[in-house]
Amino acid sequence: MASGSIPSFTFKAYGEDNPRQVSGSGSSSRHHSDSESEICPTTKSLARLCSRDKDERATALEKLSEKILVCLELDRTGSARLSKETLLHLLRLSRSCPLQEVRMRATELLCIAQEEGIEVPRALASGPSAFIPAKELLIEGLNQDILVESFLSLGQVDHLTMVMALHPSYLSCFLRTQHALFELDGPLPRDWRHYVSVMAAARHHCSYMVQQHSKAFLEAGGDESWLSGIKHAPVKLRSLHTLNKLLAHRPWLITQQHIQELVCAGAEPRWSLAELIHAVILMAHTHSLCSFVWGCGLNPEPDHIGGYAFHPPSPSHIPRSPHSPAHEDGRPELVDGAVEVEVLMKRMVELQQQQEEECTQEEMVTRFERQRSESIPTAVVRGAPPELVLCLVEEPEFRYEDFAPRGEQSPSTMRAQDYSWEDHGFSLVQRLLPDMGQFLDEEFQVVSNLTYNRMAMHEDVDTYTLRKALWNYIHCLYGIRYDDYDYGSVNVLLERSLKVFVKTMACHPEQTTARIYHAFWRHFRHSEKVHANLIVMEARLQAALLYTLRSITAYIK
Amino acid sequence: MEKMSRVTTALGSSSITGRTMFCHLDAPANAISVCRDAAQVVVAGRNIFKIYALEEEQFVEKLNLRVGRKPSLNFSCADVMWHQMEENLLATAATNGAVVTWNLGKPSRNKQDQLFTEHKRTVNKVCFHPTEAYMLLSGSQDGFMKCFDLRKKESVSTFSGQSESVRDVQFSMKDYFTFAASFENGNVQLWDIRRPDRYERMFTAHTGPVFCCDWHPDDRGWLATGGRDKMVKVWDMTTNRAKEIYCVQTIASVARVKWRPEKKFHLATCSMMVDHNIYVWDIRRPFIPFATFEEHKDVTTGIVWRHQHDPHYLLSGSKDSTLYQHMFKDATRPVDKANPEGLCFGLMGDLAFAVNESLVSSDAGRKPYPGGDRRYPFFSFKKPNPTEQFAHVSSALSVFETDLDSSRMDWFVKTAQLYLLSGKPFTELCDHNATVAQELKRPQVRRVRTKIIIRITGTANLNVSAFSFSMKEMGPESRLERCKGESRPDNVHLEPGNSHISNNNEDNEETEGSDGPTEYMFGDAELDDDDLYPMEHDNQTVPEEPVYTLPPEAFQLRHEIIDNPSAPEHLQQDKADSPHVSGNEAEVACLTPIESFSLISISQPLYSPHLHASFFCPIVREMLSHYAERGDVQMAVSVLIVLGERIRKEIDDLTQEHWYMSYIDLLQRFELWNVSNEVIKLSTCSAITCLNQTSTTLHINCSNCKRPMSNKGWICDRCRQCASACAVCHHVVKGLFVWCQGCSHGGHLEHIMNWLKNNSHCPAGCGHLCEYT
Repeated sequence: MASGSIPSFTFKAYGEDNPRQVSGSGSSSRHHSDSESEICPTTKSLARLCSRDKDERATALEKLSEKILVCLELDRTGSARLSKETLLHLLRLSRSCPLQEVRMRATELLCIAQEEGIEVPRALASGPSAFIPAKELLIEGLNQDILVESFLSLGQVDHLTMVMALHPSYLSCFLRTQHALFELDGPLPRDWRHYVSVMAAARHHCSYMVQQHSKAFLEAGGDESWLSGIKHAPVKLRSLHTLNKLLAHRPWLITQQHIQELVCAGAEPRWSLAELIHAVILMAHTHSLCSFVWGCGLNPEPDHIGGYAFHPPSPSHIPRSPHSPAHEDGRPELVDGAVEVEVLMKRMVELQQQQEEECTQEEMVTRFERQRSESIPTAVVRGAPPELVLCLVEEPEFRYEDFAPRGEQSPSTMRAQDYSWEDHGFSLVQRLLPDMGQFLDEEFQVVSNLTYNRMAMHEDVDTYTLRKALWNYIHCLYGIRYDDYDYGSVNVLLERSLKVFVKTMACHPEQTTARIYHAFWRHFRHSEKVHANLIVMEARLQAALLYTLRSITAYIK
Repeated sequence: MEKMSRVTTALGSSSITGRTMFCHLDAPANAISVCRDAAQVVVAGRNIFKIYALEEEQFVEKLNLRVGRKPSLNFSCADVMWHQMEENLLATAATNGAVVTWNLGKPSRNKQDQLFTEHKRTVNKVCFHPTEAYMLLSGSQDGFMKCFDLRKKESVSTFSGQSESVRDVQFSMKDYFTFAASFENGNVQLWDIRRPDRYERMFTAHTGPVFCCDWHPDDRGWLATGGRDKMVKVWDMTTNRAKEIYCVQTIASVARVKWRPEKKFHLATCSMMVDHNIYVWDIRRPFIPFATFEEHKDVTTGIVWRHQHDPHYLLSGSKDSTLYQHMFKDATRPVDKANPEGLCFGLMGDLAFAVNESLVSSDAGRKPYPGGDRRYPFFSFKKPNPTEQFAHVSSALSVFETDLDSSRMDWFVKTAQLYLLSGKPFTELCDHNATVAQELKRPQVRRVRTKIIIRITGTANLNVSAFSFSMKEMGPESRLERCKGESRPDNVHLEPGNSHISNNNEDNEETEGSDGPTEYMFGDAELDDDDLYPMEHDNQTVPEEPVYTLPPEAFQLRHEIIDNPSAPEHLQQDKADSPHVSGNEAEVACLTPIESFSLISISQPLYSPHLHASFFCPIVREMLSHYAERGDVQMAVSVLIVLGERIRKEIDDLTQEHWYMSYIDLLQRFELWNVSNEVIKLSTCSAITCLNQTSTTLHINCSNCKRPMSNKGWICDRCRQCASACAVCHHVVKGLFVWCQGCSHGGHLEHIMNWLKNNSHCPAGCGHLCEYT
């Protein structure tokens, strides 16, 4: 019984407005929740809602309501009758469960509870994303199947999933990778995997990801005290710090020495290559996911700090969420936006038909450099990151800086033809972490081939050049150069506002604002903007991985 | 240098001579190619494009084609090919998508002839037609292949693979119009050069990219392909469907493959990643390379046979910026290093060994092991094939079986199962294990005491009064060291008593000081003798000594270590008692380790504490090594685990790892999976804990729709069908599923077992005759 209730307890400790009074207080509240879980629905019973069997689900739902009603009958005062975590779980179900019957019932139960005089929490966010109107992401949409599937297998549908569900083919392979990374057999223990992700997310001040993984970390049996500061984590995990820092902000600085420090025989604590590569993929995956989270302006989950409130928020007192996408309103004004699209389309067609004129290598290099060094103002400095996140970061001042190959001891550009994912990276990952290479490969392929052959209001458009330009522009920002690509076309295809968005997202994701999001591609659908987000995220992931894998290859040699 | 050897081959008019040699390039090479008369080689890479002359002693740089102060990207080559008909004609594939031809006959410094910039992405491969002077083919990352007529400014035809990037294109050697193309998605397509609209044939050759392909120079229908999946496959293309006829599994993704001239079954490969060697395989012998060239320090990027009719010279370029000429006679032959002898112990102490037949026959005069010696034919002789250059290895396998009673291993299994390795306080673990050993009445009962000793040493700082006792306990132990020299000469044939007596004298002085309790304590050691001696006698009855060396030795040594400590007991309890087999049984049986332990505690106050815990570590270490060496690795590992940090630092990691490996191996042979897993989990060696980190995933496909199943093992997400229904009860199997490998029907283990007791046909009614073994 007790073991079953642990996740729900941690859940609660998390939801408190003033969380983590460090580990000491843990034991006392643990007793508290133990006694409650006797009557209240446990996570176990909630998990039965995720049964694949329709009837079993119906029964579970009946039982759940019964239990809650029984709780309400109980002779206790006020909100003691229902624990907070139960209420929050109901809230989550009522808002995000793709199964209509469950959603309805949860809402009903919350209403009843409120009538009974219990303080009921309400979600503060109006939808999964602060940038995208909720109605665009309505869960009754076409993507029902994939959401139901994800609910049944994961027990919840988070905002991330809901937004990604705009592109179901990508979502399904993303979930598979995620599952393989965090759940399947692998060299790192499960709690460690989540902790590595917490560390990685903290680098980008992404408290959404930090909270998601903290929760999973505790569910996997992790030590709560680690979350109160990186100094409580084992030395071995802390030794990832440098790599984490570089991977997040300047992966081109990663060298053979960094790998050697962790892996070589004398290193204490020593990482095995398989463990290291697992950790690297976890970190790179999380970093790029942070880009996505910020880039899509995801709202905190209803059970995150600042994601709910027990009292209807008054304007003067909004509980500040540590993760709130900046609310500058930047609704598009409809000025000649339609013309922009036309122009873009024309350019794309031209580029595709145009015979490449011969340029000298110098000219090509210059074009590449120009893209890379073009000053895109990204530094809208956001307030200091929340304490929750800050305690998990060392050297928070280490940030992205433009890749500068012209400097003295700076690294040279990476040639895509010399170290590519298809030829080299894949084999290395596959060798050290069987199957992982396959999952990542699939992800990259799905993203690079994803297209609906439409653009804004036009159908039957070949968007290949545009997607390619986006992908290569991000790699360019990370110092990876394709010999066979003319970087002049980046300028032709990517308008400045889009570049601002892409660069912000790829390099300083925490500074993305609604204004930046709304400023580019004003006539495009939101799903198309999310598509752009996906491309940025995967390109960034691949770039970071390529640099690390190249260093590992050099180390093995 | 032994590699200085020279070989001269006469090939028609020209003759080739040379030796293994190399030269440094300025930059990593991406590809190499030779001209037809085998006198020059061209090396191309991102920053290099040079022609070297192959002279007898060395490479001589002939020409640098990379000219200009800031050479354009057209010089950055992914591939290069020298025309096999026209001496002056070369073609390169540039990373920026250009296809460039070069005319060496041009008088100017810049030899660039024609430039085709039709491809949008990197060109991966260029290929001249083997007989046609003006026909050039290219394959690019953009998924297109283009055929150029060098007399025209543009391509004459474009072939669209309708799939991903083209990695390799090769004209067929024999078929004028045919070429093969390999793709990043694993497909290989055959095209007719006259029909650009669609391919003639397509098949999936590999999972993941097919990096290279090569037509057999002589055999019309054979195509070799190499892929990222680490395989080299040889396809017979003469039949309607491409048929895989040979498959070689290498250790890394295959970057290049080239048939060896004049040798029908040989091909050379090099790999894309990690592995720097070049292998030459005899495709009929896919398990061990025929020859290996190990000179390069980084991945080999280009290999080419120097002359198309000479199998002795191989040229290679590499990312380590060197160009090599390898002499075939200087190659390493892995076969020579392979060990044709094998020796293995069976679970129950049986010994099997396979040895070269010639060696066996020389020992033919030997007396065979009665009833036990069986020889199994190991290799059936094939008719020697003159084209095969492999030495015929045939071995005879001999199996020697031990007498069942003498070496029953039940005790091993039982102790393994009953020992507790973790989960309780240290002292309890020791007690528990002691009891287990006692109950099983095995020679290993001694571990009872050892455990106690160790426990005392381990907790010494806490339990001060325990020191003295452990000291005393250690007495015989350390004496053991001294006695070892003496006991060693004793062999099985000696009367065991002798050694005891000699030891007794030695031990005399030291044990005299000890009082009552010791007597009993040593008493339980007596058990060892009881169980040990009969075993020893059994061994002596084994008639064939020479072959059966190993097992007796193991027992003999254990005898040494065990009987030593028991000596004082003989001395004090009954000096006249000769250690006969039956003698001690009764008196000893009543002593339990618990008793002796309580006695220990009584005696504690008698001694004054003045020793440090670490004092005992070396002794414990010695003891463990002894156990391990005598074949009782179970003991060593159990103690190691229970003691954990207390002893770990004393023993070097390699030894620990070795012990763990041996014990785990034993446990697994006895199918004690749970125990072995526990041991792996508890071990502190990183190399051992890694064992659990290797993938234990089992991939299954739905029996209905044949697609991989993702979530649960028994229900398919795609077709919503229960994938694994039991053929007997038609319910879903959610546990052990057993199936027939013949007809692939199956179900619950019990159901199938029961069914096949009474029936011989498959329960599914498919008519297959299933067999349950």
